[in-house]
Amino acid sequence: MSEKKEVLLSVKDMKVAFGSRRKPFYAVRGVSFDIYKGETFGLVGESGSGKTTIGRAVIRIYETAGGEVVFKGQKINGAISKELDREVTRKIQMIFQDPMASLNERAKVDYIVAEGLYNVDKHLTTQERKEKVDAALMDVGLLPEFASRFPHEFSGGQRQRIGIARALIMQPEFIVADEPISALDVSIRAQVLNLLSDLQKKRGLTYLFISHDLSVMRFICDRIAVIHKGLLMELADTETLFRHPLHPYTQALLSAVPMPSPDHRQDAPPLIYDESMHDYSKDQPQWCEIEPNHFVRGNQAELEKYRKQLAEE
Amino acid sequence: MEKTPILSVQDLNVKFSLRGKVLHAIRGVSLDLYKGETLAIVGESGSGKSVLTKTFMGLLDTNGWIDSGSIFYNGQDLAKYTAEKEWLTIRGKEIAMVLQDPMTSLNPLKTIGAQIEEALKLHQNLTGAAAHQRMIETLTDVGITEPERRAKQYPHEFSGGMRQRVVIAIAIACKPKILICDEPTTALDVTIQAQILHLIRELVRKYELTTVYITHDLGVVANVADRVAVMYAGDIVEIGTSQEVFYDARHPYTWALLSSLPQLGVKGEELFSIKGTPPNLFLEIKGDAFAPRNPHALKIDFEERPPFFEVSPTHKARTWLLDPRAPKVEPPEVLSRLKRGEEI
Repeated sequence: MSEKKEVLLSVKDMKVAFGSRRKPFYAVRGVSFDIYKGETFGLVGESGSGKTTIGRAVIRIYETAGGEVVFKGQKINGAISKELDREVTRKIQMIFQDPMASLNERAKVDYIVAEGLYNVDKHLTTQERKEKVDAALMDVGLLPEFASRFPHEFSGGQRQRIGIARALIMQPEFIVADEPISALDVSIRAQVLNLLSDLQKKRGLTYLFISHDLSVMRFICDRIAVIHKGLLMELADTETLFRHPLHPYTQALLSAVPMPSPDHRQDAPPLIYDESMHDYSKDQPQWCEIEPNHFVRGNQAELEKYRKQLAEE
Repeated sequence: MEKTPILSVQDLNVKFSLRGKVLHAIRGVSLDLYKGETLAIVGESGSGKSVLTKTFMGLLDTNGWIDSGSIFYNGQDLAKYTAEKEWLTIRGKEIAMVLQDPMTSLNPLKTIGAQIEEALKLHQNLTGAAAHQRMIETLTDVGITEPERRAKQYPHEFSGGMRQRVVIAIAIACKPKILICDEPTTALDVTIQAQILHLIRELVRKYELTTVYITHDLGVVANVADRVAVMYAGDIVEIGTSQEVFYDARHPYTWALLSSLPQLGVKGEELFSIKGTPPNLFLEIKGDAFAPRNPHALKIDFEERPPFFEVSPTHKARTWLLDPRAPKVEPPEVLSRLKRGEEI
C-alpha cells in the first residue's frame, strides 16, 4: 500500500534551534516523517512540544539547524535559489490559529487575500487580481462583495475563511494548518472542518494539520504523529494509533481526552507520563518501524515489549 | 442528593448599552442552583453564559445592568445590590470564580503566597501566622508540592497548569460556598486539563462546594456535570441531568450542538454543522430565537416564544416541538451513538 503513495514532503532528521549559537536550545531534536500526496497528516503534541516549530520550519519561517526538508524531490531548507524559494512560497501555504490576530486590521479583505499575489505574480493587472480574489472568496463560501470590507466586520468563522482564501489564492499544493479551528466555537468548527475537507477533495490538497485536539484529529487526519519535547514518539494510521497506542506518552495523551458521554466518564486520576520511566542510560532509543506504517520510539527492550504487545492483539 | 436551592435566579434580564444601542444579553433566565451539585452551562460565544454568572458576583461591565428579575442567595436579592461594600460580603467569601486564562489572572508583581494571603485578609480578616498557615494549607490542597518554597515564587516561575492551580487556590482559600469556573481548562493542554478537572472534582468533595462550570467543550461537561443547562441567545433553552441532556435531548439546538461533535463525524463525510448565525441581540427577538436556523421550525416558532415544557421533573426544554399538538420529530440518528459510547 505504501509503495503506491507518492511522497510529497519528506522531513529527515530535522533539528531547529533557538537562542544564541553558543548555547542553543533545540526545540526540535531530530524528527523524520514523510507526507504523502493528498493525505491529511496530523501532528499532535502539548504546548512547547515543537509541533508549531516543525510547521514553521517546513515553510521556511524558521531556519533549520540540521537535517533536510525535501519537497517534490527538491531540498527546500537552508540556502536555496531564488526561483525555488518563490516556488515554495507559492506551493506551500499556511493557515494560522487565531483569525482574530492573523488578519491585518487596517487592510481591506481584497488586499489581505491578494497580498501573496503582489509578491509572486507582479505582472497581474488589477482586473486579473480582482477576479482571482473573487474566485478565492467564493471557494471558501464568502461573497465577492465582502472584498471591500474590513476584517472587524466579520465573525470568527468568516475571518478564518478569509485566512483560508488567502492561502488558496496562491494555488498551493500543500497547506500547513496550525491549529486552524482551536479558536472557534463548536458549530463554526464543524463548518471550517467541512470546508477544509471539501477543498482537499476538489483540489487534491495535502495538509499538515497541527493541533492538540485529538477528537478533531481523529475525524480529519489519515495519519497522526505524536510529538513530545521535540521528538516524535509514535506515528501511525489514525485508527491504529487510537486502537493500539504503544508508547506510554501516546497512551497518556489518549486517556486524557474527555468523552462526550456522561456514562463513560473518568473518575480515576489521569495517567501521567513520566520520562524517567525510560532507562536510556545504556540502551539508546531509536525511531523504528515496528509494523508496516507504524513507527514508535524506544530502545531494544521496549521495542521487544511493543512487538509482543502487537503479536498478542 | 437533597435538593435545596442555594441560589435562585428568577426571570433575569440583563442589558448592555453599546454605542447608543441597547443589547439584550440575558433574556428572562430562571435557574435554581442546588446545594452540592455541579451545573454546567454550555453555549456558543455570545450566548450569555459568562454574563449570567457575572451577575451573581456583581462583575458586570459598567455599561451593563440588571434590567429586571432577581437572584436570591441566602434570603438576599443580589440583583438589588448596588454598592461595592455589599458585594464584598458575597464576592470571594460566598461565591468565588476561577477564570479562563491563568496567564493573565495573576498579578505578575506579587509572589503567589502574597496573592493568596491578600484574599484571606480581605475576606476572612486573617493576617500574620494564621494567614500563612491557611495559605500553605490551600497550596497543599491544590496539589502544589513544597508549598513553603513555591509560595515565595512569582507567577512567571510556574507553568500554565501550576498557575491554574494557584488561581484555584485563591478561589477556595476563603472557603466559598459556590465556585464558578469560567472555561477553567480552555487554555490548557489536554493532559493538564484532565489533571485540573480531577483536582476540582476532589476539592468539590472536600470543601462541599456547589460548582458552576461555564464551557463550550461538551467532553468536559460530560465528565464533570450533574446537570447541564444549554444557553442560546441569552436564554436557557434546555436543562436537565447530564444523562438527560446527552442521551435524551429535546431541543433542536441541543441536537445541533451535539451533532456537530467531531467524535460523531464519519471520516470522509461531511460533519454536521449549524447553518446561519446566532441572532442579533440588539434587535427584538420574536418567537423562538433558534427558529431561523432550525430545520424543524414550525410556524408558531416565528410568532410566539415557546414556554418550558417538562419532560421529566428534572428535565425541561423551551421548544414548541414538545407541545402535544406539534408533529412528532425524531432526534438525529447519530445521537444514539453517544449513549453507546462507541467510537468516541
